[in-house]
Amino acid sequence: MATTGKVAGIISNLVMVKVDGPVSQNEICYIHFAGVKLMAEVIRIGALYAYLQVFESTRGLKTGTEVEFTGHLLEATLGPGILSKNFDGLQNDLNKMEGIFLRKGEYTHPLEPYKLWEFKPLAKEGDTVVAGSWLGEVTENWIPHKIMVPFILDGRYKVSKINSEGSYKIDDIIALLIDGKGDEYRVTMVQKWPIKIPIKAYREKPRPFNFMETGIRVIDCINPIVEGGTGFIPGPFGTGKTVLQHALSKQAEADMIVVAACGERANEVVELFSEFPELDDPRTGRKLMERTTIIANTSNMPVAAREASVYTAMTIAEYYRQMGLKILLLADSTSRWAQALREMSNRMEELPGPDAFPMDLPAIISNFYARAGYVRLHNEKTGSVTFIGTVSPAGGNLKEPVTEATKKAARCFYSLSQNRADSKRYPAIDAVDSYSKYLEYPEFIEFVSQTIAGNWIDQILEVKNILIRGNEAYEQINILGDDGVPIHYHEIFWKSEVIDFVILQQDAFDKIDASTPIPRQKYMMDKVLEVCNTAFTFNKFEEVNPYFKRIINVFKQMNYSEFQSEPFSNYEEELKSIINEKRKTEEQAV
Amino acid sequence: MEPIAFQKIYTHISQVTKATCSLHATGVGNEEMALVNDRLAQVVKIEGDLVTLQIFSGTEGIPTDSEVVFLGHAPQLPVSEELCGRFFNAYGHPIDGGPEVEGQLVEIGGPSVNPVRRKQPSELIATGIAGIDLNNTIVTGQKIPFFADPDQPYNQVMAMVALRAQADKIILGGMGITNDDYLFFKNVFENAGAIDRIISFVNTTEDPPVERLLVPDMALTAAEYFAVEKKQKVLVLLTDMTLYADALSIVSNRMDQIPSKDSMPGSLYSDLAKLYEKAVQFPDGGSITIIAVTTLSGGDITHAIPDNTGYITEGQLFLRKDTDIGKVIVDPFRSLSRLRQLVIGKKTREDHPQVMNTAVRLYADAANAKTKIENGFDLTDYDKRAMSFAREYSEKLLAIDINIEIDTMIDTAWKLFGKYFSYAEIGIKAELVEKYGTINQHKN
Ligand SMILES: Nc1ncnc2c1ncn2[C@@H]1O[C@H](COP(=O)(O)OP(=O)(O)OP(=O)(O)O)[C@@H](O)[C@H]1O
Ligand SMILES: [Mg+2]
Repeated sequence: MATTGKVAGIISNLVMVKVDGPVSQNEICYIHFAGVKLMAEVIRIGALYAYLQVFESTRGLKTGTEVEFTGHLLEATLGPGILSKNFDGLQNDLNKMEGIFLRKGEYTHPLEPYKLWEFKPLAKEGDTVVAGSWLGEVTENWIPHKIMVPFILDGRYKVSKINSEGSYKIDDIIALLIDGKGDEYRVTMVQKWPIKIPIKAYREKPRPFNFMETGIRVIDCINPIVEGGTGFIPGPFGTGKTVLQHALSKQAEADMIVVAACGERANEVVELFSEFPELDDPRTGRKLMERTTIIANTSNMPVAAREASVYTAMTIAEYYRQMGLKILLLADSTSRWAQALREMSNRMEELPGPDAFPMDLPAIISNFYARAGYVRLHNEKTGSVTFIGTVSPAGGNLKEPVTEATKKAARCFYSLSQNRADSKRYPAIDAVDSYSKYLEYPEFIEFVSQTIAGNWIDQILEVKNILIRGNEAYEQINILGDDGVPIHYHEIFWKSEVIDFVILQQDAFDKIDASTPIPRQKYMMDKVLEVCNTAFTFNKFEEVNPYFKRIINVFKQMNYSEFQSEPFSNYEEELKSIINEKRKTEEQAV
Repeated sequence: MEPIAFQKIYTHISQVTKATCSLHATGVGNEEMALVNDRLAQVVKIEGDLVTLQIFSGTEGIPTDSEVVFLGHAPQLPVSEELCGRFFNAYGHPIDGGPEVEGQLVEIGGPSVNPVRRKQPSELIATGIAGIDLNNTIVTGQKIPFFADPDQPYNQVMAMVALRAQADKIILGGMGITNDDYLFFKNVFENAGAIDRIISFVNTTEDPPVERLLVPDMALTAAEYFAVEKKQKVLVLLTDMTLYADALSIVSNRMDQIPSKDSMPGSLYSDLAKLYEKAVQFPDGGSITIIAVTTLSGGDITHAIPDNTGYITEGQLFLRKDTDIGKVIVDPFRSLSRLRQLVIGKKTREDHPQVMNTAVRLYADAANAKTKIENGFDLTDYDKRAMSFAREYSEKLLAIDINIEIDTMIDTAWKLFGKYFSYAEIGIKAELVEKYGTINQHKN
């Protein structure tokens, strides 16, 4: 018999329950309240009470109210139909809910129980299979969605029956498996998985090395990320975290995008809801929404579900990774998730760590980032979950617990600078402070040398070097004055400005500039470095600034033009002639 | 608010703190309202049969044998057209001498809008102020605060914005405002002949601070009524949210909660977000736009209150006195309306975005030139032109007493570009310069 209990105490969304039987940590239960059931999770078990965090407002709840325990953990429902959906943090389909306002206790089916899918078997009767093995597939939007042996099954099984091609509903049995003892298991097209536990139905998880194109120059050209890699974007409010993540979600080279809007603004999610069904995915020519799943747990939605939302998103990403796909998971903002943990921990009067966050926050964050990665499946196919989270540091100060813990967990650091944002140098990533550890991976260097260009990494290092020297020159100019430094200091500074304006800065709202494909990035990188490596002659420092401003202006016009179009070539010619105006001649060089 | 006859009256309080009292009672709901010797209180904690009540006006003089009556509901407001033109206190009771409002009783702080039922904001709110319309266009369904020093005329600017914006209803939530400011708002609204589209919920400095925790929810509940039921464009003014947050910290402190940064409760972000996220655009035309005020102490925006606010709202507006022209302007550097890109260049002329950006960049160049002077360096010809530009830009566009149409703002900016700069210096897309600009292509 299932355990039941009675509400014995309420502090905000923390509810104490007297139980009549066994309960387990993180078990899901329902509070029977005024005709509806409020979902809750056991977060601590004490001598007298089980402590629940309720995923809803507890307004009006009284002591003595019945609680029913389910015996299972918080689970995601995995099967065809996840793509293009808008879920809340608990994977309720938001579009299925009635009315304008979210109603307490209204839970909806994440998938389409009555929809028919065209199933094609991939396994045969007699095959030996393990958790995650592909039994068949259906076409979801355009993705070959694999129907897999449930991840929860341990050991080896024999396929004793598999359905032939045909239309089936997700709950129809499509295969029978037999284990070593002769017990039979029925497999449908849907399975459940507890969201806080990583899905590990793969052979191995090698270091990631495949370059992942984002179309954002300051990432690809300066601190590239890899398929299966991890990155984080800390920045004070308004410095461009969300715009950057939206750009990633539109442009990144991935089969599927999972966006977790975690404790942020509803209007930002609405932007995705309304734009993604209209925008084209340049790679497939389909609508962006066809490759996207949105988990929306905005800041006004229940705090406890906010914590769950990132796990729900990660579980969905891992599930699709098992199909041999490249998934990009974006979470905005992981700080809100940490704050949700803090609110609960405070309510339970746990001993607080720094800034009143729970003591185990660093461990929680690093465990989460560790779920990303590039994996080799049992069938030798590969799949990946790339994870990029934003961090919203209190007071914009990076020395705070969430940023510090994340820095230890993520391999790419994209630091947004208040100064750059204030001067509208978007995206405001500080190219010098930020880093990508993948630049040090030999297998990554090898990969880009093969796929982009042999000198790509060298160029990246060169660009970084010019930026650093430009910064130094700028400081000297500021200390000593325009005419207190040699003219070439101005030249060094302005060459770094060329890189800044042409490569680093990118207009996320311009149709053409928003996304730069790699060949075009490579082309611009060559051009810009050509300018940087040209020796110029200036007679006085006053000539330097206007001259480079002209160069920058032409370059910017190029960025706004169709690649290799006529206007583009015209600007290129113009650029050539400007460069020649002040190029040091042979005699001068001597 | 008279107790109903059959309600049980408790007369034994077992514990009293600065903000709360506790008593043994049964059948009580979380967040339920109660009267403790006629003072309004709300249930904040239930442990077994021990119920803790937060008393809004404080616990001074509360005896242990006070009469406690539970009202059976969370705080509520009667909503109907009768709200219009009226002034209320934090509990929603009239303070203007008029009768109680009749209407459907609605619990305040109600549920959130399903995000998929929202519409992307796309209707601009014209205020005639270039610092807003040109540089930081506000959109219906947006939430944006003024980050202001206590001595700045933020309430005046806000009242001006409210009256110029064509809203169907303006709802004022005043928290800890001075009596003078309350009378100021009353006056301006009455003089503008706008009083019957205005509703005010006011807690002044003379009222107990904890009461003001109810004000924003009262205002927003009224707003939801008009936006949802009547499909109206509602503008909600919340001043001063810093005093609201201070009240939150008083309560959490008195309840011995572990404070996080700046002695604010750890839930400050969620508490503020719950309010600000009531800003919404509905598909059928109704909308709630929130303009708030967050006063700063010593201009520090890293303090937990402005910091959390910045992470929630869709931008922020700063006022500043421009010493060159001696007038208050909306600071073009630090102000930002995040939703502006939904309308600029779409609902306004296509050259709007680039013109706006360029003007601000040139204004920044002038600021750099000023720093140069301060550091004793010589100015280049460009620096001097930038400074003249900045002065005129401030005078002809930024000053908040200027009231013009957006197209005129854009044209004025083009004129100033042409007057002071060359084509290469402004760096705007060639096709836009050709179409709208008056720039000498060759001047250099
Ligand atoms: N690449 C960009 N190009 C142009 N404008 C940008 C860009 N990035 C950011 N902005 C501007 O900055 C504003 C704030 O950006 P965004 O909403 O991404 O900030 P955020 O870091 O997510 O802030 P918060 O922490 O408050 O959520 C945008 O509304 C936009 O006006
Ligand atoms: Mg953001």
